[in-house]
Amino acid sequence: MKGKAIVITSGKGGVGKTTTTANLGTALAMLDKKVCLIDADIGLRNLDVVLGLENRIVYDLIDVVEENCRLEQAMIKDKRNPNLFLLPAAQTRDKDAVSEEQMKSLINELKEKMDYILVDSPAGIEQGFRNAIAGVDLGLIVATPEVSSVRDADRIIGLLEAEGLNDPQLLINRLRRDMVGRGDMMNIDDIVEILAIEILGVIPEDENIVISTNKGEPIVLKDKAYSGKAFNNIAKRLEGQDIPLMTIEKESLFNKVKRIVGLS
Amino acid sequence: MSDDKAESRGEGSKNIAKERLQFILVQDRIKLSPQQMEEMKAELLDVIKKYIDVDDNDIEMDISREEEMMAMIANFPLKKRD
Ligand SMILES: Nc1ncnc2c1ncn2[C@@H]1O[C@H](COP(=O)(O)OP(=O)(O)O)[C@@H](O)[C@H]1O
Ligand SMILES: [Mg+2]
Repeated sequence: MKGKAIVITSGKGGVGKTTTTANLGTALAMLDKKVCLIDADIGLRNLDVVLGLENRIVYDLIDVVEENCRLEQAMIKDKRNPNLFLLPAAQTRDKDAVSEEQMKSLINELKEKMDYILVDSPAGIEQGFRNAIAGVDLGLIVATPEVSSVRDADRIIGLLEAEGLNDPQLLINRLRRDMVGRGDMMNIDDIVEILAIEILGVIPEDENIVISTNKGEPIVLKDKAYSGKAFNNIAKRLEGQDIPLMTIEKESLFNKVKRIVGLS
Repeated sequence: MSDDKAESRGEGSKNIAKERLQFILVQDRIKLSPQQMEEMKAELLDVIKKYIDVDDNDIEMDISREEEMMAMIANFPLKKRD
């Protein structure tokens, strides 16, 4: 097996990297792919919590690189899907406890066992970021439709390319159709034009994501959730399926009429 | 562009966001502060004035992004002959 390693990253914090890693990982596992998620946010781990696996942690990423345990011992099997594994971050160490070389060899080892390795990167551009991008094949940049987030995304695109990780792809998160409709939020085309980068998917703003995070159950497990469907579509696109972007960015007819007659 | 102008044209705030972003990214990408940009303009102007008579008042210099490429476009109108 020769898996593909993808880093989920952003410049700005709190834009949805961890949410994306958990949901995209679960969605890929539901497509019968073997997936390992790595929480590279050392000292601030929370991917385990989003997945509801916080009670199962025995060893972590640092234990693996320091050879306190075997890789298999540290990989936590998801409680719902046998194809999905989590390698949790250490909570009590700092980000310098791992080197880029160690990350690279870990990723290479995992590529032999998995179809996908998704690395949840910490915010910022320091050592934690360098570790998170070591050895990966693709950068997936998460941004929200706001000035500061898009600006920081542009910076990250430059940094990834400087590290030889070319052609990163974009995921726009928390898009609000109502605001786009009345011209108060940048739409997909605006952001893609500014960043000049390929778009992999768009996730709407959805309060169900907060609810599902409260419960530790990824939103992709909910059939009806719109945002869950959007994550499932992204997984299918990664698998090479030609799935058009959902039409959340399009202005609804109702809003358009309201705007034209001057009600909004 | 001011808020009022955008609103009177019936546009929301996203166009302001977009314009501000385009401006910010130009500065980020060429790593020049507005201050340094002004200094560069002044120095360039001095060089050009050594050789030709230009009209100080109508000089335009802007960095913009065209398709895939960034370009600095400068416009130095020559002084009218008296
Ligand atoms: N599409 C969305 N709709 C609503 N809330 C979201 C969405 N995406 C993320 N969130 C919420 O935003 C917060 C930050 O998300 P998180 O994935 O932890 O960001 P990051 O890992 O980039 O810091 C979380 O509380 C999460 O539940
Ligand atoms: Mg996170």
